[in-house]
Parts: sequence; structure tokens; C-alpha cells
Amino acid sequence: MWNYTEKVMDHFLNPRNVGEIPEADGIGEVGNIVCGDAMKLYIKLAADQKTIEEVRFQTFGCASAIASASALTEMLKGKTLEEAARLTNQDIADFLGELPEEKMHCSVMGMEAFQSALESLRKKHPEYALPGDLSSAEGEDRIVCQCFNVSERKIREVVLANNLTTVEQVTHYCKAGGGCGGCIEDIEQILADILGKKKEAAVKESQTLPGNLTNLQKMRLIEEVFEQVIRPGLQADGGDAELVDIDGNKVQVRLKGRCAACHAAEQTLKLWVEAKLHEMVSPSLLVEQIK
Amino acid sequence: MSKDIVYVDNNATTCIDSEVLAAMQPFLTEYYGNPSSVYPFSGPAAAAMRQARQSIATLLGATPEEIIFTSCGSESDNTAIMSALQTQGGRRKILTTVVEHPAILNLCRSLQKRGYHVDYLSVDSQGRLNLDEARSLIDEETAIVSVMFANNEIGNIYPVYELAEMAHAKGALFHTDAVQAVGKIPLNLAATQIDFLSLSGHKLHAPKGVGALYKKRFVPFFSWLIGGHQEHGLRAGTENVAGIAGLGKAAELALRYMASENQQVSVLRDRLEAGLLASCPDPKVNGDPASRLPNTSNICFKYVEGEAILLRLYLAAKVCASSGSACTTGSLEPSHVLRAMGLDYQALHGSIRFSFSRFNTQEDVDIILQVLPKIIRDLRELSPFGRAKA
Repeated sequence: MWNYTEKVMDHFLNPRNVGEIPEADGIGEVGNIVCGDAMKLYIKLAADQKTIEEVRFQTFGCASAIASASALTEMLKGKTLEEAARLTNQDIADFLGELPEEKMHCSVMGMEAFQSALESLRKKHPEYALPGDLSSAEGEDRIVCQCFNVSERKIREVVLANNLTTVEQVTHYCKAGGGCGGCIEDIEQILADILGKKKEAAVKESQTLPGNLTNLQKMRLIEEVFEQVIRPGLQADGGDAELVDIDGNKVQVRLKGRCAACHAAEQTLKLWVEAKLHEMVSPSLLVEQIK
Repeated sequence: MSKDIVYVDNNATTCIDSEVLAAMQPFLTEYYGNPSSVYPFSGPAAAAMRQARQSIATLLGATPEEIIFTSCGSESDNTAIMSALQTQGGRRKILTTVVEHPAILNLCRSLQKRGYHVDYLSVDSQGRLNLDEARSLIDEETAIVSVMFANNEIGNIYPVYELAEMAHAKGALFHTDAVQAVGKIPLNLAATQIDFLSLSGHKLHAPKGVGALYKKRFVPFFSWLIGGHQEHGLRAGTENVAGIAGLGKAAELALRYMASENQQVSVLRDRLEAGLLASCPDPKVNGDPASRLPNTSNICFKYVEGEAILLRLYLAAKVCASSGSACTTGSLEPSHVLRAMGLDYQALHGSIRFSFSRFNTQEDVDIILQVLPKIIRDLRELSPFGRAKA
């Protein structure tokens, strides 16, 4: 069963800007008939050499491939090349309302067709001032997925642009891994590499937080977290706590109410109170119980 | 059948015949007793099962003791293969084909991972098997040969009687997935060497969720579903009495209508093919014209993609058909059957399967012929491929 938005259906049934431009400035071509979808994009610039005046397409593929291509042409018309180069595949999906995740590769194909058209423009008119390659992805240009001819660079591009975390998503966005499955481990490696880097960056960011705090700011933040997060949490279970003192990284806490008599008080302090303070203030804090 | 749709996807599933529904009804309402219970209230349920078993045996040319009710074709397929691996004295080889249904193909792939050896018979460009290849691959290590009776995508009918003899010559068992053949091809299993045959209710106007496995008398058997004593201890689980009653009635109707239905659907199919061949650019009929089910037509249209065709067919006239294109198989890869046939890659993604039943009419074909040629032309207008040189 198809789960397409009305807008996808509209662009599938009444595709805009179909055809060729005989004297196009740039022609982009992606995909091929063996893989099951392909697209040709024709771009003609206005006299200013940077505004897209006319754009046409031809697509071989399913409903969402046709709709994505049609949507792309509508989005490109009238834009400068600079503006156009900043569009992402998610913009195409948003324009259409939504695409089923398994069909996201259709939107990616649209963006690739534009990149390819830009490339052909560069070759044809080296004298024009064209936007540079905005792609931020690193990685060699080696083919990872032989079935669908997908490079490591392309996989890195879709992962970064769309915040992908699983192999299945990578397959939905660029088909890699969707054929014989021989490259799935390879894709897992690439994902682990990218996600590992992201995690490192996130940890670095969080570690800079307490370093930037003055003693006074840190104490205020601890007090705030204590009053607004920790106490209401304990109160919900019939307990309570009091912030007694803060000495450097040592946070002294007295448990009250049901918590004071609870045999799991130690656990509560370490696994919950301390964990919350680590998360919201600084990982170097140490919670001490005052009886 | 729903009146406003043109349903030509009967190899996917079929509508429930009103007589079948009527036969099921009492067991969904009044007679809910467990057929294993001793009191007379359960009598009608037990009787319905006896009658259904007899009706299916009659349709297959078998005896009632040879029928084991299951939940679906896939269960029947799995049961037969797994049983053979247990009872064939440690033989660890399986022979099947590249064009089987996933119920067999994926089971075999998983068995390969567990150390079994599987050979897959290839097909030629018309989807035909080569009996010499089969002969060369069956030996004293082969536990079971499993070849479908008729192919769901292209309709080809395979020489299962000869293959069963070949298997027996080497002491191997023979199974056939006959989900698409039962009710369409006259059978007399008693006169054949087929050991196991799978069938499914919903392909012959019975409901989904009921199937059967034919197991020839005296063929050793190892249960797949272990538990209670149902089905002579061969398949545990409280019986789907209503579904079984429906399957029995469907078998009775299949026997009653088989000759006239085959005549009717082959006329429709031929009319559709002739019409499309005359009105569409670059069409190609897939399969073996000399040996195919009378209800199935698989046609490729070059340079256009199947999902797009299907969606426009439905939007134009509510035509329900299916396609072997990548976008409709849910796997990014087009039909394994058409690929195995080495189909021209320009046509591989543009295959449409029409499959008829006795509920189809000439009007259905006329509607398709009215809308499809324009759809193909329009999509080819959009396509960057296959246009005439200007």
C-alpha cells in the first residue's frame, strides 16, 4: 500500500517542467536504468549568469522519484545558483509534505542531479562565478555498495545531512546495502566512525561547561538543579532532601522524609541525585550524605 | 467481490466465494465447540472437518488421511522440507530452483547457514527448467527435491511428475509448492510420485490463514509444530474449524468450476495480451507460452517503472494488479524470477502481472485496455530512456 501525501500524488500525476532544454547551460544525469531509477535535469541561466531561468527534467522511476524531480524543478526556478546549492534532500521531502522513509533515496537523487548539473555548468562555463562544492563529507571516493554503485563519500554525505544512525536508514536514503547485502559491515564501520566522532564532539562540548563556570555560578546552578529537579523528584516518592553545603566539588546532602529511612538511600544518592548533577552541572561533582 | 474495483491480482490473493463464507459462518457463531471434545455439541465441527478433508482429498486425487491442515502455504512448505531433513537418514542436500516463492528460497538460505547444502536449478529466458541439470544434481546425499508446481509471477507450469521420479530414483523425497496450481490444474496425486504438496486457502477463494499439506501415505514424517494430538498427531494446535470448512467448500467449488473457469480466464488473458501487444510500445510477454497457467499474464513495458504504472492504473480505473519492479518488492531489487530469466534490463523494472479468476469479466479487460496504453505512453514521455531519435 502506498502512503503518499496529496502533494506527492499531485506531482506524480501532473509533473511540472517535464522535458528537455535544447540549449541548456547545465545538464545533470544520475542513476541508471539497471538500478530502477534515473533522472536528467536541464538548467538554463538568465542573462545575469547566476539565476536559474528555466529548468526541466526527465525521470525513469516510481511515483516518488517522479514527484521528487518535479518538486525539485519548482524549487529551483528563479533561485540563484548560490541559493540552489544550499537546498538539501530534506527540503524536497518537506516541499512534498513527506516521503516514506524507504523512498528518501528519491529526494537524494534529486539533489544529486542538481550537483551533477552544477558540475556540467562548471565545465561548460569556467568563466562563470559558480558556488563551490558545499559538501562537508570526507571519505575516499571508493565504491562501497557494488550493487547500486554507491561511494563512501556519498554514504557519508547522506548520513551527515540527514542525521542517520542505522544501516537500514542508509539503505533508505541512498540504496547502499539494499542489494546483495555484502557491504553491510562496511556501512556499519562508516556509521560507527561518524557516530564515534559525533559522540566525541558532544563529550568535549559538555566538558567545557563546568570549566567556564565560576565557583559562584557553579553553586547557583547546583542549587537550581536541586530545587527544581532533585527535590520534586524525591517528593514524588514521598521523600525529600536538603542541600547542606557545597565544598569545591563535594555536594553535601541530607535526606529527609521517607528517603531518610529508606534502605536504598545510598543508591538514590549515587544513581539518581549524583547522576542528575553530573548530567546538568558537571561530571566531576561528588555527592556526600550528611546524617 | 467489491464492485467498483477491477481486481486482476488473483495470484496475490482472491476474494472469498459467497458459498465459502456461508460454509464457514456456523463455526464462527453457533458451533464453536472444539472438534476434539467428546460431547455432541462439538459434533458439527468434527463433521465439518471430516467433510473438508474429503473435499480436498477429492480435488487432489488423494485420500483424506493424506491431508494435514496447516495455517498457510509457507507453513506447509517449511513442514515438508524440515521433515525430510529429519527423516532421510542424515542426508544433507536439498535441490530446489531459483524461481521458488520466498517461503522456500529463504528457508533454504537459512538452512545453508546451518550447514546444509542447497543447489538451485536455473531457468532459461522463458523461465523453463532444464531436466538434465536436475538429473545431474540429485544424488544419494539429496534429502529432498522441492520444485514449485506453477510459478506465481510468470505462471509457468513445471514438470514436477518427471522431477519426482528423478528424486525417487536416488532415494530422495519430492515436495511441490502447488499454491498457484491447486484448483487450476487437474490433479491425481495417487498416480504420481509426489510425496508432499503445499496448498493455500486464500489463493482459491477460501480465507487467509488456512492451508494444507498433502503427505503421501507411508512417507516418513517429523512434526514441525509439536504439541497436542490434532491432525493424527502430525500437526499440533486447535484447528481453525471455520477456515478449514471454508477451504473444503472452496475445494469443492474449484472442482466444480475448474474446466469452465480455465476456459473463461484464458479467453480474458489472451484478449488482454493481444490488446496490449497491439496498443503499447515495446511490450513483451514473459514466461513459457507453451506451458503456463491460463489465468496469468506477465508483461514488461520497456523504459517505464512498474510502481508508477500500478499507481496510475489504480488512480485511473481502480485496477489492482502487481509488478515485479524494485519499488514494489520492498527490497530495492526487482523480481528474482525475472532476473533469473536474464530479462533485458530495460524491461526488468517495468513488469506488470495480471492474474484472473472466475469473478473477472470481459469488461475488466476492456477497462484495462482503455487506460493502460495511455499510461505507458505518458510515462515514457517522462522517461529519459527509449525515446525516438529526433
